[in-house]
Amino acid sequence: MNLCLLFPILIPMTTGIVALFFWNHLRIQRIISILGGAGLFGSGIYLLLCLLDGGIPTVQIGGWPAPFGITLAADPLSVVMVLLTGTVGLAVSVQSLTGIDSRREAFGYYPLLHIMLMGVCGAFLTGDIFNLFVWFEVMLFASFVLLELGGERAQLEGTVKYLALNLVASSLFLSAVGLLYSAAGTLNMAHLAQRIPEIDHQIFPQAMAMLFIVAFGLKAAIFPFFFWLPASYHTPPGPVAAIFAGLLTKVGVYSLIRVFTLFFPGSSDMLLFLAGLTLVSGCLIALVQTHVRRVFSFLLVGHIGYMIMGLGLFTPLALAGAIFYLIHDIVDITALFLISGLIQKIAGTESIDRIRGLYRSHPFLALLFLVPALSLSGIPPFSGFWGKLILIRAGLEAKAYVLVGAGLVAAFLTLWVLSALWSDLFWRPEKPDEAAKADQLPEEERGWKGFGAEVALYGPVAGLALITLLLGIFAEPVYGLCRMAAGHLLDPSAYIGAVLGGNP
Amino acid sequence: MTFLLAVATGALYAGGFYLMMRRSLFKMIMGVVLMGHAANLLIFTLGGLVRGLPPYIAEGQKHLGEHFADPLPQALILTAIVIGFGVNAFGVVLIRRVHESVKTGDLDEMIETDSPEELLK
Repeated sequence: MNLCLLFPILIPMTTGIVALFFWNHLRIQRIISILGGAGLFGSGIYLLLCLLDGGIPTVQIGGWPAPFGITLAADPLSVVMVLLTGTVGLAVSVQSLTGIDSRREAFGYYPLLHIMLMGVCGAFLTGDIFNLFVWFEVMLFASFVLLELGGERAQLEGTVKYLALNLVASSLFLSAVGLLYSAAGTLNMAHLAQRIPEIDHQIFPQAMAMLFIVAFGLKAAIFPFFFWLPASYHTPPGPVAAIFAGLLTKVGVYSLIRVFTLFFPGSSDMLLFLAGLTLVSGCLIALVQTHVRRVFSFLLVGHIGYMIMGLGLFTPLALAGAIFYLIHDIVDITALFLISGLIQKIAGTESIDRIRGLYRSHPFLALLFLVPALSLSGIPPFSGFWGKLILIRAGLEAKAYVLVGAGLVAAFLTLWVLSALWSDLFWRPEKPDEAAKADQLPEEERGWKGFGAEVALYGPVAGLALITLLLGIFAEPVYGLCRMAAGHLLDPSAYIGAVLGGNP
Repeated sequence: MTFLLAVATGALYAGGFYLMMRRSLFKMIMGVVLMGHAANLLIFTLGGLVRGLPPYIAEGQKHLGEHFADPLPQALILTAIVIGFGVNAFGVVLIRRVHESVKTGDLDEMIETDSPEELLK
């Protein structure tokens, strides 16, 4: 029995439930939320130590041996994802202290946040495909309410789009699970990995693969399916958007990686095609946006393409690159969306045309913006540079020149978009009358003010910026971990052995 | 029977997709509901329909016979129905709130999140 596997699910669940008991005591809810975030981060580190210590930890829930019961298993990819969930969860729960207005806090923001984190961790740790569907629904349910919480008109409209597309994805995923069960007679992912190659049918595996691409592609927001994302992610407050952008789309990417390495291994032209189009279209549309967070949303979509590219190439280097990029992207995108929330709070708007000369009043914010922005564009020494370098080298080795071209174009476009955005927001001279008006803007109502509040606002962003810098400087050990995770994905026998144990 | 259920499943998927592509908010939710039913019915049919063969090991036998009713798909559907019920209930409340706030059920008029004029605010 490996308890280390249960903590990442139990800690957010307990946090959410205990916070519910203090519905009318916001101060206590805040403390519980911070403790829960820190606990989740700690459990991620503990899980990593467990993995490095004694191989892939597994738990058979209820003592039913695999493949009959539900299995939890943590291979290196899952461990990395749980660790990142802890990091992002902690950063977001700290910034929520001041980034979320008390009206939303009073309607159960903290319990919802932690229940959603539980769903995300469960999705990363489960070894059962139907259980993955259930965790998806747990996560989606909390996210529907988080997105809608506050009830502003734009939020409600965004939720309609988000809800509709995600429910279509869920029912396609459910259909795919049913079809897989009928053909392979099992739901355990490790067991499925053994059974699927034995299916003697010409088009069945391709049809399955296509259903999974559509179902997870909708959630990961890859090329033809991404339109719901920029239509909904700019409506909720900054911290909510940050955790959505940082984690929820990556759950889709994780599921794609898991399914396409276990069930349908091999290089996939379809994925490469979608990756290239995602890269170019996302970053191109970001060029013409007039709203800070919509710029980030389209960049988020574009950069999903890099991870799909790594998965599609399916070489050890490419998969390691995809995982490195996943780590970098979660940290970086969360930081950028947290910053968009800060800008919204400071300027009262996110319309690029109406924000000018923020540098004069908030030089530290300008610096904070610059770090993840440069990292996302792939400027050394930040983490984005190494991620792109590994993927582009993998692409050149696989002779996928068009795709490498798309990757480079996307990186240039990102640099262009973000530097234009930075100079617009921070360097453009203020109009004299607006500068005077800005001074008179009433301070928005928030839970607490002063130095502590400033730390809670800027601290998480600074922490994430520091992480992206450290990931770039100490790229070697991180790359080692990614290489190990890629090794496990390419040869899942260790994973299958750990899950099924003595009874295959 | 399998043939009938297969046709019904196909019809539900088709109806669900058709309704979701309409402009009405209410038809969209109905489409989601139909798609959920289609997925459940698909799993039910795929589980293999047999009659009067419960999955019990007969007395004196060591394992199940050749054909038996598989209980697992039904357990899956039960889970999916419960989840679907919750989601649909949320969806119905959501469209009510949206209708109150936007004052229309036409999806084409819900452009607050995308139109340039709205984003300039």
